[in-house]
Amino acid sequence: MTITRRQALGLTAGAAAFLTFAPRISFAATAETDAAIKAFTGGATPTEGTVSLDTPEIAENGNTVPVGVTVDSPMTEDSYVESVLILADGNPSPAVATFHFTAMSGAAEAKTRIRLAKTQNVIAVAKMNDGSTFMDTKEVKVTIGGCGG
Amino acid sequence: MAAPKPRVKVPKKASQGEVITIKTLISHPMESGQRKDKKTGELIPRKIINKFSCEFNGQVVFSCDLDPAVSANPYMEFNAKVNEPGTFKFTWVDDDGSVYETEKKITIE
Repeated sequence: MTITRRQALGLTAGAAAFLTFAPRISFAATAETDAAIKAFTGGATPTEGTVSLDTPEIAENGNTVPVGVTVDSPMTEDSYVESVLILADGNPSPAVATFHFTAMSGAAEAKTRIRLAKTQNVIAVAKMNDGSTFMDTKEVKVTIGGCGG
Repeated sequence: MAAPKPRVKVPKKASQGEVITIKTLISHPMESGQRKDKKTGELIPRKIINKFSCEFNGQVVFSCDLDPAVSANPYMEFNAKVNEPGTFKFTWVDDDGSVYETEKKITIE
């Protein structure tokens, strides 16, 4: 396969764009997000599964993005979900909200509306009453950012 | 600015042990502290509701810590298990210390 001049230029531009933007998305925010997860779980790394996030794939308006979280748990006195932390890794500050459940909640499910500054990952970390932690990550594409300037 | 007005939707009746869905909304600007005043260019100070809780007959059912990333007019939807008739009490706490409250009764059929 021969590469034409046009293709070569396109590739270089693409690679340059990738190198410029990719690290900013992944590094800048994740350090803070990781710290928030660590603080919440007490240093443990949460396992995938059990908790599931319900987010739109594309959010047209970053000012109100509906987010739902469901944790698979019997919700009895012996075994229930203590709290769920919601994080958005691309926001100026990743913390979004922390839900605290009790055995009286009946079902570990909550919905709210959040602000997202740009396209980013929304993360939910659930902590059970026995100390085990679970997480789920969903990417939400944001058309118009919601942190108004 | 008008005082925040809480709105809560709780079913009037439930059967014993039923898990009901509660929807709440309160009118509040949730000023994030990141926005700048367009005229003066100064940051608008943060003013959000930072805590919400729901109690049933004095016992906490659900509570939530809110951060500036929660949208204006914060909406919350969650569940509660009803074993007896009683009153749900909803409380929102503002950054400036004000507390907004509302109550809803439920009966067992």
